[in-house]
Amino acid sequence: MIEHRDDQGAKLGMWLFIFTELLLFGMLFVVYAVYRSMHPEAFRIAGEELDVTLGTINTVILLISSMTAAMSITAIQKGNKKLCLQLLGITILIAVIFLVNKYFEWGAKFEYGFYPGSPELHELGYGTILFFGLYFFMTGVHALHIIIGIGLFIYVALQVKKDKIHQTDHVWLENTGLYWHLVDLIWIFLFPLFYLIH
Amino acid sequence: MSEEKTHIVPYKTQVIVLFVLLILTGITVAVTRLEFGALNTLIAMLVAGIKATIVLAWYMHLKYEKRLLPMLVAGVVILFLLVLFVTFFDYSYR
Repeated sequence: MIEHRDDQGAKLGMWLFIFTELLLFGMLFVVYAVYRSMHPEAFRIAGEELDVTLGTINTVILLISSMTAAMSITAIQKGNKKLCLQLLGITILIAVIFLVNKYFEWGAKFEYGFYPGSPELHELGYGTILFFGLYFFMTGVHALHIIIGIGLFIYVALQVKKDKIHQTDHVWLENTGLYWHLVDLIWIFLFPLFYLIH
Repeated sequence: MSEEKTHIVPYKTQVIVLFVLLILTGITVAVTRLEFGALNTLIAMLVAGIKATIVLAWYMHLKYEKRLLPMLVAGVVILFLLVLFVTFFDYSYR
């Protein structure tokens, strides 16, 4: 039986999905831009509450995970299954570390009494409420994408292990990689806009 | 079956791309400590834009794809900028 496959079509489909994701986050960035232009001082002061060190660490490790994800595709294309699985393992590990950092970061905010709808935030005025509302929502939706990415990578790694994804059929791995780079792409903008406000 | 040979990106290229991205990250963090007023945000967005372009071109393989995909991505970026422009146009004249 001849197997029918359209890798170009599969990739185009993934890209169309990525466009919807870009517009979803894009519109959140528009909301951010409008509210920041209305409350520049409050956003600046609230931004200083965020942990730049933790934010930078997460940026760096996410960039590294993007590289390992891209490298896993090269590995499978060269027929190096073992290296591909190792690289996928590193990518998953980094994704988990990212979430652990996020947990501590959010936890520290909650301890200060900064969480959506908290009485402390209420006293600090609209600008601060809007900043933290957007911060929790946007990094939250981003973190959700990280969790989905981990699930996808685990699935893909299992398929590689079972030789369902191999040297000549790896579009699943490529599309998962594209999804992961999208997650990285969003973070590239989230990081300066929330952690590095001046 | 896929009829054409896909382009394989060498490991070395991917490491170089990572280093460029890390350097740019360092620049963004460093610039925050300097005082340029409103320019700070502009510089941060400019660097983020360069980083995003690098990720799109190399890690997301747009550099190696046929012209359709890069054009579609450019279209989405233009659409986003238009929405941003129209929204601010609306808010500035209220």
